[in-house]
Amino acid sequence: MNLKFRILKSIFKQGFQGMWRNRSMGVASVASISAVLVILGIILILILSINNFVMDTTTKFDEVQVFLENDIDDGIMTKIEKTAMKNKGVVSIIFESKDQALENFRKDWGEEAYLLDGLEKNNPLPNSYIIKVEEIKYAENVVNSLKGLDGVEKVQYDKEVIDKLLMIADYIRVGGIVIIGILVFVSVFIISNTIKLTVTSRRREINIMKYVGATNNYIRGPFIIEGVLFGLIGSIISIFIVYFGYEYFFKLVNEQFYSLFAVFLITPKMIFKDITFIFCAIGIGIGAVGSIVSMKRFLDV
Amino acid sequence: MIKLISVSKEYDNGVKALSDINLEISKGEFVFLVGSSGAGKSTLTKLILKEEEVSEGSIYLNELDITEVPNRRIPYIRRNVGVVFQDFRLLPNKTVYENVAFAMEIVGAHPKDIRRRVPMILSLVNLSRKASSFPDQLSGGEQQRVSIARSIINNPPVLIADEPTGNLDPETAWDIMRALVDINGRGTTIVMATHARDIVNSMKKRVITLENGRIIRDEQKGGYELEVPNTEKHI
Repeated sequence: MNLKFRILKSIFKQGFQGMWRNRSMGVASVASISAVLVILGIILILILSINNFVMDTTTKFDEVQVFLENDIDDGIMTKIEKTAMKNKGVVSIIFESKDQALENFRKDWGEEAYLLDGLEKNNPLPNSYIIKVEEIKYAENVVNSLKGLDGVEKVQYDKEVIDKLLMIADYIRVGGIVIIGILVFVSVFIISNTIKLTVTSRRREINIMKYVGATNNYIRGPFIIEGVLFGLIGSIISIFIVYFGYEYFFKLVNEQFYSLFAVFLITPKMIFKDITFIFCAIGIGIGAVGSIVSMKRFLDV
Repeated sequence: MIKLISVSKEYDNGVKALSDINLEISKGEFVFLVGSSGAGKSTLTKLILKEEEVSEGSIYLNELDITEVPNRRIPYIRRNVGVVFQDFRLLPNKTVYENVAFAMEIVGAHPKDIRRRVPMILSLVNLSRKASSFPDQLSGGEQQRVSIARSIINNPPVLIADEPTGNLDPETAWDIMRALVDINGRGTTIVMATHARDIVNSMKKRVITLENGRIIRDEQKGGYELEVPNTEKHI
């Protein structure tokens, strides 16, 4: 127990010492890990922002509008309301009268609103219910339950727009995963090559350790610790670059275009935690796996 | 201490390096291994270190047949055999002190013992003042003394030296020999492969001569004599 602990302690000591003494060689590993993670970060932000935009937009279409026939009595209206409420996922039902509808039009049209003047007396717009649903997927049922009901003239929701948006979101998600997968694969390749270079240059060292009677685990340990430390440093550097770089970009966009684009962009604070976690995990993982894989060859001497 | 019973070694490329070697070296002996290049000296030391596997025969180290030892136990065999090479083989990123201490750390020695023993061994090889230097700041003779210090730090019963004076000038070579004799005097068995005619001739120790993978001479208090004329100049 005591012996094992002492050996473990000395492995850690060798690892930290090795990292410090081989720092010039380590710069290459750290730089390649950082570079890959920065690219990964940019793609991640891009995907998250597009996804954010799509999801944000679909929530704006999460309502069904039921246009009513003119002059129907309260009984029929209550029946429509009740039928709508029975559906799953319905959040609220708001009655919008003819007059309100016209008023909304005026607001939307702004300066051209004068074109609507004179319509008040013979308002062609129908009364309607605006039914909000929790999520867009519930809309279809609501529509089906109300279609053909007494007093209902037309049920409408922006199915096509939403379907398209959801499809785009799916594509982006799948595409994003594929791109990130390729990137991680490429980075493991690049980094294991870098580490292989480092290890090759230290092949002699490994050999000497074996002559002195070091076990494979004892030789491997410090190298893995070195790899993990280099990976960690690389990921910390890339976290700083991505976070502060993006924060700067985010501010710039906000100032230049006001909030036009900014609504679609994910805020830097939202991603900081995720990026820290993901990058550290990838950096450490690549460092450890890279060391293990590239050392394998030399240990079979 | 070391016993070879009809040992043969043929490399994968078909080169027959050793054939039918029978040899016994007792505890506390100092043995020179001589022979022209390619005679099989290095192969013999490699077999004792289990760096290469025998093709036939057995090698006993301290009653243990090392040819039967599985690969993962090799490190534990090597801890019982100190080894010194012509090219010193020091860890370049470690100081003199750390190079020597490393051999103790891998066996999990107590830090207190390391702190006590390393300076002791360094003073034995006259290197106390260089303890915090790195190998590339030392002369060849100094590097070789570090490597000797490292090889004996764990008190191995056997020390294998493969041309330890090969890269050194004659005067420095004698320094190293004095250190080895000193170590031998403390009870360590030493097997030294060498080309150094002067050293072998003046030491009057047991000399085993190899030629074409066979032992052609084995003499107590022998001298450096190769049957094939040796035109190479050695110290």
